[in-house]
Amino acid sequence: MTGKLLLSVEGVTKAYPGVVANSDVSFQISEGEVHALLGENGAGKSTLVKMIYGLVKPDSGRMVLRGQAYAPGKPGQARALGVAMVFQHFSLFEALNVAENVALGMENPPPMKALAGRIKAVSEEYGLPLDPARMVGDLSAGERQRVEIVRCLLQDPKLLIMDEPTSVLTPQEVEILFKTLRQLASEGTAILYISHKLEEIRSLCDEATILRRGKVVATCTPRERTAREMAELMVGAVLTPPARAGKAKGEVALEVTGLSVASPIPFGTSLKNVGFTVRKGEVLGIAGVAGNGQDELLLALSGELKAAPEAVRIDGVAMGGKGPNDRRRAGLVAAPEERLGHAAAPDMSLVENALLSGVVRKGLTKRGFIDWAATETFAAGIVKDFDVRTPGTHVAARALSGGNLQKFVVGRELSQTPTVIVINQPTWGVDAAAAAAIRQAILDRAAGGAAVVVISQDLDELLEIADNFAALNGGRLTPTRPVQGLTVDEIGLMMGGTHGMEVAHHGH
Amino acid sequence: MMFGSIDPALLLASVIVASVPIILAAIGELVVEKAGVLNLGVEGMMIMGAICGFVAAVETGSPVLGFVGGALGAAALALVFALLTQYLLTNQVATGLALTLFGLGLSSLIGQGYVGIKPPVTEDVPFGPLADIPFFGRVLFSHDWVAYLSVAVVAAVWWVLRSTRAGLVLRAVGESHDAAHALGYKVTRIRVLAILFGGAMAGLGGAYISLVRVPQWTDGITAGAGWIALAIVVFASWKPWRVLLGAYLFGGITVLQLNLQAAGSAIPVEYLSMAPYLITILVLVIMSSGRGKASLNAPASLGQNFHASR
Repeated sequence: MTGKLLLSVEGVTKAYPGVVANSDVSFQISEGEVHALLGENGAGKSTLVKMIYGLVKPDSGRMVLRGQAYAPGKPGQARALGVAMVFQHFSLFEALNVAENVALGMENPPPMKALAGRIKAVSEEYGLPLDPARMVGDLSAGERQRVEIVRCLLQDPKLLIMDEPTSVLTPQEVEILFKTLRQLASEGTAILYISHKLEEIRSLCDEATILRRGKVVATCTPRERTAREMAELMVGAVLTPPARAGKAKGEVALEVTGLSVASPIPFGTSLKNVGFTVRKGEVLGIAGVAGNGQDELLLALSGELKAAPEAVRIDGVAMGGKGPNDRRRAGLVAAPEERLGHAAAPDMSLVENALLSGVVRKGLTKRGFIDWAATETFAAGIVKDFDVRTPGTHVAARALSGGNLQKFVVGRELSQTPTVIVINQPTWGVDAAAAAAIRQAILDRAAGGAAVVVISQDLDELLEIADNFAALNGGRLTPTRPVQGLTVDEIGLMMGGTHGMEVAHHGH
Repeated sequence: MMFGSIDPALLLASVIVASVPIILAAIGELVVEKAGVLNLGVEGMMIMGAICGFVAAVETGSPVLGFVGGALGAAALALVFALLTQYLLTNQVATGLALTLFGLGLSSLIGQGYVGIKPPVTEDVPFGPLADIPFFGRVLFSHDWVAYLSVAVVAAVWWVLRSTRAGLVLRAVGESHDAAHALGYKVTRIRVLAILFGGAMAGLGGAYISLVRVPQWTDGITAGAGWIALAIVVFASWKPWRVLLGAYLFGGITVLQLNLQAAGSAIPVEYLSMAPYLITILVLVIMSSGRGKASLNAPASLGQNFHASR
């Protein structure tokens, strides 16, 4: 299946001020090989592929592509030599159409009309139908990814780099993507695949290189290892899955009926007649492909978006028309997905950020003045309880790494003795150990009698912690079902199936 | 044909002349904003263009060199803005405002010896018999070359933004600088070039005021034209042809109020001179009411600084 050596990376090192992103990294990839790069956030995977793609220059070490020294000065050179990359974020332009987006990623694009024809042809050949004239802002996440993949395919790549491509796809879409990738590999294209979804890597990849803190710590053949073994190689420690207490559920704490709100976000999805109930002690997991109303649902539950008074009931009291502080007073806390700028004010200290959401329930003001001593204690408590790695509570939220800040903002909400907890993407971009700690904390609060709504795109996470399951699809919520006995196929259908994707019917 | 004491052919002809500085400055700012940079220093760049153009024209005796000088002078000021915002990452709004204040002061200093001098005359383009066509000859074929250039620039910007790769890259940079960077485009370089183009256009517009429209030098000669140009870019939803439309509309209101004043209208002069600005505010409020930035077609990265390390 794999052919002759395509790219070899030899002893590459790249340091940024204060951190060594890659230290003496070496690996090799052959034609037709699907090679996984594994590692936690901050392990240096992105820096490594950016060097291969010419976005970052290594400090030392060298790369060899097809027997020739390879040192791309810019992505254009990398593309000219047959290296293409599908990005996790940041490479599409919402206000431009599909053809324009594709043209921007090519060196010498043909005229727009001819390009549109080629996009149609290639996208259908690989079972990824796309309309070249559509605005990217109007496309679903799965369709956007198709744009990126088609952009790469049009350049006939020899090496295709994919940075966490499946985080936004339904299981069915993942299956189709894998078929496309396997077909590409069988045609001789090498694929460098970054992910931390280990089961996917086991089913797709031929070889894996595992990075930890910028160093290669292991290589393995994923098919011969279990996901747990690989996870432990990534983390460098033994992991314990969260423990669940199978307790009887209490009365209904959060009741949502007929919730319809228009999206305040450009290109957002409005909520349409959403309804569900959560009992005390219950964890409701809400899945869905990104951009199907998750952000809007969080806004509507936290009170940032107001709805009809009867649409949201907390402990039986109609709160739909009330704002966030009234809802906090009633016992509902919320942690949004976007850490910087939504959950936390980036340039304010952790103490100030603790005050911003904790002031109502923790009583951090006295006669209109801030009780700094109590706030400081509150913030320090969060840092201690949730193992937030920071020099102190005086540092700005911006200075924390993504995972640490996530622990802080989730911890801040969970520390307010809430009766209802709403969290969007609790472990987004958090390393495995911290993710396990956050999930455990959520389960502990549920065991303590809180009703929890977890919105997440990580199905494994939802299946691990949720009692009941529902999915958002185009702003509508499916009926709630118990997690026990749910199959992955059923989940995929709840999430909206395949969004019109089809299996590649390309033959040679 | 006369309405009261106002001759419509003359009125339309003077609308075109009055609009030229705003068209030039606005189309330049449109390109800058399409690249994702908000330069509020248009007024300052215009007045630098006005004085540099005036000095160059008087010293060389050539109006053409005057316009070149105006464009260069304003582009030099724009370069200051570019260095501050693109390399030192200063706040674009504050820097733009400072640029306006700086430009007003500097132009006044440079212009000390030039008050009361007449610049060399910029001749109308000789269209021969065309200019003798009744009404249309007076309205369309009796202007200097800069007036025609302004329309040509709008057409060129429209074509470049719509149909060329350079235009696509420029729009992409303004839409998402992170994505453009990830694809390997030089965000900072593209933005600096756009800023320089915006400066040169504002300079041409300013030089037109001091060399053709007024024509002489006095302090503060641009009198808010730069602010109107900024408003027109928003009014036009960042679309080139609408800039032309908007500029003629605002130029028309300005000229009309002057004519009404001259005709002895019963409305107090102050209200009339307020009118263009009031209408600017009104239009901006109407256009941005109730709908998001996206419906306005604003470049998504507008006003955000970019640094490659993120």
